[in-house]
Amino acid sequence: MKPNLKVKIGKMELQNPVMVASGTFGYAEEFKDFVDLKKLGVIVTKTITLKPRQGNPPPRTCETPAGMLNSIGLENPGMEKFIQEKLPFLKKTGVPIIVSIASESDTDEFITLARRLDAIKEVSAIELNISCPNIHEGRRARDEGRLVSQNPQATYEVVKAVRNVTRKTLITKLSPNVTDITEIALAAERAGTDAVALINTLMGMSINVKTRKPKIAMVTAGLSGPAIRPVAMRMVWEVYQKVKIPIIGMGGIMDTESALEFFLAGASAISVGTANFINPKTTIDIIAGLKKYLEKHKISGIKALVGSLII
Amino acid sequence: MFQVSAKIIYNNKIKKNYFEIALTAQQIAKSALPGQFVNIKVSDGSEPLLRRPLSIHRIGRKVARSQSHTSKEKEFIVMLYEVVGKGTEILSTRKAGEYLDVIGPLGNGFDYEGRPPQSAGGRPPEQCGGRRMKDDGRIVLVAGGMGTAPLVFLAERLRERGTKDERRRTKVLIGAKTKDSILCEKEFRDLGCEVRVATDDGSRGFKGYVSNLLKKELSTIDYRILTIYACGPIPMLKEISRISLEHTIPAQLSLESHMACGIGACMGCVIKTRDVERETKDVFEYKRVCKEGPVFEAGEIIW
Ligand SMILES: Cc1cc2nc3c(=O)[nH]c(=O)nc-3n(C[C@H](O)[C@H](O)[C@H](O)COP(=O)(O)OP(=O)(O)OC[C@H]3O[C@@H](n4cnc5c(N)ncnc54)[C@H](O)[C@@H]3O)c2cc1C
Ligand SMILES: Cc1cc2nc3c(=O)[nH]c(=O)nc-3n(C[C@H](O)[C@H](O)[C@H](O)COP(=O)(O)O)c2cc1C
Ligand code: FES
Repeated sequence: MKPNLKVKIGKMELQNPVMVASGTFGYAEEFKDFVDLKKLGVIVTKTITLKPRQGNPPPRTCETPAGMLNSIGLENPGMEKFIQEKLPFLKKTGVPIIVSIASESDTDEFITLARRLDAIKEVSAIELNISCPNIHEGRRARDEGRLVSQNPQATYEVVKAVRNVTRKTLITKLSPNVTDITEIALAAERAGTDAVALINTLMGMSINVKTRKPKIAMVTAGLSGPAIRPVAMRMVWEVYQKVKIPIIGMGGIMDTESALEFFLAGASAISVGTANFINPKTTIDIIAGLKKYLEKHKISGIKALVGSLII
Repeated sequence: MFQVSAKIIYNNKIKKNYFEIALTAQQIAKSALPGQFVNIKVSDGSEPLLRRPLSIHRIGRKVARSQSHTSKEKEFIVMLYEVVGKGTEILSTRKAGEYLDVIGPLGNGFDYEGRPPQSAGGRPPEQCGGRRMKDDGRIVLVAGGMGTAPLVFLAERLRERGTKDERRRTKVLIGAKTKDSILCEKEFRDLGCEVRVATDDGSRGFKGYVSNLLKKELSTIDYRILTIYACGPIPMLKEISRISLEHTIPAQLSLESHMACGIGACMGCVIKTRDVERETKDVFEYKRVCKEGPVFEAGEIIW
């Protein structure tokens, strides 16, 4: 019996449930020497904005206990240059492509971006990054600098607006920097998202005591890596009990065992983020590891594992 | 770029906090160019989490006898490092015979005469500020502290340029805090270079910064035919950049920055650069030290 790794997210049929997290895999070309890209379940791009963004001043990253902080500030070439220069390579991989998008201003920008992508056949899905902690323009003035994904109403409005202009699979990426993440997940579900992806980075900070300066130029930054895994796990578990749509789980996944944990907590698919920096082959190792686990435990398919936590 | 499990051939303390490590990574050794680096996972667990970047210091060769008694030369890579924190501390405890996960060769190395065209790191002249390096000219290498590491590899590759022709001999200026932290003096001499030393405390050679030594040396060299290659701490590179621009001497500087991925994916390691063609100060571009660098043209960098 060959274990079945196939999953369905929205309209996408994936050969396996292993994805890469936005911003940690570049535009895939950076990894072509290390990873047989066509084996991946799906490729998610770095978040794209309408206009090019230079990003935040350096230093942008630093290491923390079992994790790292980043404040890249969504450096990206902008939508048109992305389509001209990055998309052709992505298309060649033959793997479903998810384009992550963010708005620097308002909902209209999300609509413009979504319309543009809706017209491109090879783009399988759109991921709404309403949870990047590192851009100030993305925070809404009337909400006193909060992220869209920190407010259920704002989340509903953005998701609904994009849902109205695209029939492609829509994924909403959520922030863990909230009191109750299930409220936000439910708002996104009501607005018609096909899936939710969680978690984006946790807000953090680190100081150099010799210089008394913050280790990151922007002072605060997003924490990722194994350090955030238990928080991510708890949130996936909470959301799983409330929503009916699939959950894409991420946060500190380093190997097969940590990936399995997320399936048990309720994720239908998982994303590998920071681990790509440490071992660029992590995704491939996990795909092989999941197969082996299912075979060993005589489980017919990965779907049987989702949310099968025993309490 | 290769990801290999490399065996430690040796990992020796050479002086004070300085270690030299040799790794069997033949694919990397064969394709590496001076100025490129490797990214090493120093431990198996998540402490420390990220890899540590180290410049390729030189390529070693050893004769390996196969079972059929034919001898084959095998290349390996050598890195020189200073223990400064937990990552390099752990690395210094790793023993010969153990394996390390290594990614390389990474980045764009130095641009120099005699380098194979279309190589992984070869840069078109326009990326070096539109100025061709002076092929028949004189070369000065300026090494500050740990910055010596990649310059030995460069000196090795420059060796072929007529060492007999006195005028074309590579000159090396080594800067160190004190006389017992001077690195690689003998290596450079063995490669036929003319070596000058500067120490901050004057315990040997010129007293003061190596950038001041460079200024002094410039009075003895026809700098119209000169190219400078430098690696070292930021203040030193900044000063060398200033000197090179003042005298319009082409200079290539190897920079460091904090890296998460080392392969151009995270956008974490950027430095501010200007478009040398346009020469406009207010227009800048971030470039990745791990991908477009670590070697940059002096005029490119906005300090
Ligand atoms: C392209 C490149 C080539 C390098 N080549 C060499 C080399 O040939 N030999 C050598 O000894 N070192 C080299 N370095 C620096 C080396 O990577 C750092 O010293 C090392 O990562 C420190 O790790 P640690 O865990 O021991 O120190 P940590 O505990 O992480 O930090 C100790 C100190 O080192 C600084 N540091 C940490 N990481 C870096 C980094 N990536 N770049 C600069 N400073 C850092 C920290 O700010 C801190 O002050 C290179 C760095 C780069 C980017
Ligand atoms: C350097 C870096 C850049 C990131 N950029 C983005 C981004 O552009 N868009 C996005 O939605 N998430 C971004 N993220 C967040 C990741 O996609 C992921 O949600 C988070 O890192 C948690 O997963 P991990 O612990 O496996 O890395 C970034 C993370 C890192 C470390
Ligand atoms: S270290 Fe990731 S882009 Fe340079």
